[in-house]
Amino acid sequence: MKSKVNRELPDELMQKLDYKPFETTEIGHPEIQRVAPKVHVSTGDDKIVDSIKQVVADTVKDGMTISFHHHFRNGDFVFNQVMRVIIDAGIKNLTLAPSSLTGVMNDMVIEAIKAGTITNITSSGMRGSLGDFVSHGGLENPVIFRSHGNRARAIEHGDIKIDVAFLGVPSADRLGNANGMEGNAVFGSLGYALMDAQYADQVVLLTDNIVDYPNTPASIKQTQVDYVVKVDKVGDPDKIGSGATRFTKDPKELKIASMVNDVITHSPYFKDGFSFQTGSGGAALAVTRYLRQAMIDNQITASFALGGITKPTTDLLNEGLVKKVMDVQDFDKGAADSMHTNGNQQEIDASWYADPDNKGAMVDQLDVVILSALEIDTKFNVNVMTGSDGVIRGAIGGHQDAATGKLTIISAPLVRGRIATVVPDVTTVVTPGDSVDVLVTEFGIAINPKRTDLIAVLSNIPGLPVYKIEDLQKMAEKRVGTPKPLAFTDRTVALIEYRDGTIIDTVKEVKD
Amino acid sequence: MEIKKTAIAGTLESSDIQLMISQADSGIAIDLQSDVKKVFGDQIEAVITTTLNEMGVTAAKVKAVDKGALDCVIKARTIAAVQRAAETTATPAWEVL
Repeated sequence: MKSKVNRELPDELMQKLDYKPFETTEIGHPEIQRVAPKVHVSTGDDKIVDSIKQVVADTVKDGMTISFHHHFRNGDFVFNQVMRVIIDAGIKNLTLAPSSLTGVMNDMVIEAIKAGTITNITSSGMRGSLGDFVSHGGLENPVIFRSHGNRARAIEHGDIKIDVAFLGVPSADRLGNANGMEGNAVFGSLGYALMDAQYADQVVLLTDNIVDYPNTPASIKQTQVDYVVKVDKVGDPDKIGSGATRFTKDPKELKIASMVNDVITHSPYFKDGFSFQTGSGGAALAVTRYLRQAMIDNQITASFALGGITKPTTDLLNEGLVKKVMDVQDFDKGAADSMHTNGNQQEIDASWYADPDNKGAMVDQLDVVILSALEIDTKFNVNVMTGSDGVIRGAIGGHQDAATGKLTIISAPLVRGRIATVVPDVTTVVTPGDSVDVLVTEFGIAINPKRTDLIAVLSNIPGLPVYKIEDLQKMAEKRVGTPKPLAFTDRTVALIEYRDGTIIDTVKEVKD
Repeated sequence: MEIKKTAIAGTLESSDIQLMISQADSGIAIDLQSDVKKVFGDQIEAVITTTLNEMGVTAAKVKAVDKGALDCVIKARTIAAVQRAAETTATPAWEVL
C-alpha cells in the first residue's frame, strides 16, 4: 500500500501493527475516547524513596513501557542513572517512550538494546550513534517516530500506555509538587513531561532539590506523583540550553532571514494581533530580529508566540510587542528564566500545544510559522529525519504540528556544502507538502502552487525573486551535481507517523 | 608529468578538499574520505582522475579528504597539488588549466 505522498509502505508490518496509510492533513471532527491512568491510592506521606534501585524494583517489570522527558537535553543526568539500574536489574523487553532522545542518552540506549532491556522505541527523534545504530538494523522492531502533538494524542488514545514515567525536575516537595523553574538545573517549561505526569500509571519524580511543602508553582501536582527520589544531580545547567543566544553573522542566513521577513510582512497575516512560531536555528533567530523592527515600524503587536521559546522571543514579550508567550519548552536560559518571572509566559502541555485530537490546540490558532528542513522536494514534502547518507539524524519535534499554521514557511539554504536541500524527492517524508506554503532560500522563494492567494500578493516584491520550486531544485542540482541514489535494504527500521497516527513514510536499513 | 615528491593542496575547511599526492610505481590509486562519499564518491574520484590524466600524470598515490567540495574546487586543488608534487609551480602548464 501507499501513503498519499506516494510512499510505498510495507503491507505486512502495517497489518501487524494495525496501521492505516496517511491520507490527508485534515483532521475533521471525529469523536474519540481518551484513556485514564491507574491510581495507587495514598495520603502521600510515604513517597520519598532513598534510591533509584529501590523504586525500579518496586515499579518496573519485564515488558512494560517506560518514559522520560528530554527537557534537560544534553545536560540530562536522569536518563542514564535510571537506565543503568534497569539494565543491571536484568529487566527485559521494555518499550522506551520518551518525549525525545538526546545525544547524551545514545550510548545507554544502545547498551540497553544489546542487553535485551529495550526492544521497542517510540520517540520524536534520535541522532548520532543511536541513529546510526538503528539505521544499520541494530533494533529488531521498527522505531515509531511521532511529533510532539502526536505523542500527546497517542498517550491520550492509549496507543502509548506508559506504565512508569521517570521525570527529572529541578525542584519538588516530598509529595511531588514540582516545576522546572527553580533549583540548579532549571529548564523552564515542563510541557512535554506534563503528559507523562497526567497519564502514566506510576509517576516517579527524580530531583536534587527537595523543597518545603507545598512547592509552588506546581506544574506537576502531588495528585499525579507516586514516588519522589532524591538524587545527587538531575542535570548540568551549562548543557541544558545554549547560553546567551548569539545572532548569526552568516550572510547566507541573514539573507534568508530577511526574505522570510519580507514574506511575512507582505502576507495578509501580518496585522495587529497575529501569532507566530519560530524555531531555534540561526536563520529563525535572525527572523525574530527583523520581525521585531517590522512590528515597531508598522505599529503591530502579536497576540502570542508559540512553541520552543528562545530569549529573542521573550525579549519581544518584555517590549510589549508580543502579548503572550505560550511555552512548551525553552531552548535557552534566558527563556527559562523569563518563564519564572513573567506572568504572560504561560507553560502549556504538549496536548494544548499541538495534539490534533483536541477541543482546539494552540497550533490550530497559529498564523505564521517558520520551520527548517534537511530536505524539501518539488512536492513541498519536507524531511527532518534522515541525512544525506540515509541515516536517522533528526527529530520530528513539532514540525508536522506547527506546519498546520496558516502561513507555513520553510527556511533553508539551497545547498549545504555539496548536498542539495531542494531535491526531486526527499529521502523521508515527515511533513506533507500539503501543509507547506512557502520555501525561502538564499536565491529566492517558491510558493506552493495551491496557494494562489499567496502567489498573487508575493509575486512583485523588490528583492524577493519568486521561482517555481522545480527551478530551485534544478539550480541546486546544477551547482552540486547529480548524486548517486542511496542504497537501502528491504528491512524497515523506523515508521514515521503523521500527527493523526497514520503512517506517512518509513525509514529503511542503509546498505553500506 | 612526473611526481617528484609528496605535496599537499587544499584545506579541511567546509566546501574544500585536501589532496596529498605522492609517488607511485604505476597507476593512480585514490584513497578518498568524504561525508558525501555514498552519493558523490564516484564523481569526486572521476574528477581527480580526469584532471590527473589531462596533466599527463600516469602514476600517483592520492589521499583526498573531502569536506563537500564542488567539482571546480576539486579540479583546482588537484592541479595545485600536482604542480607542487612535480615541482612545476614556477612554470605552470597553462594550456591544461
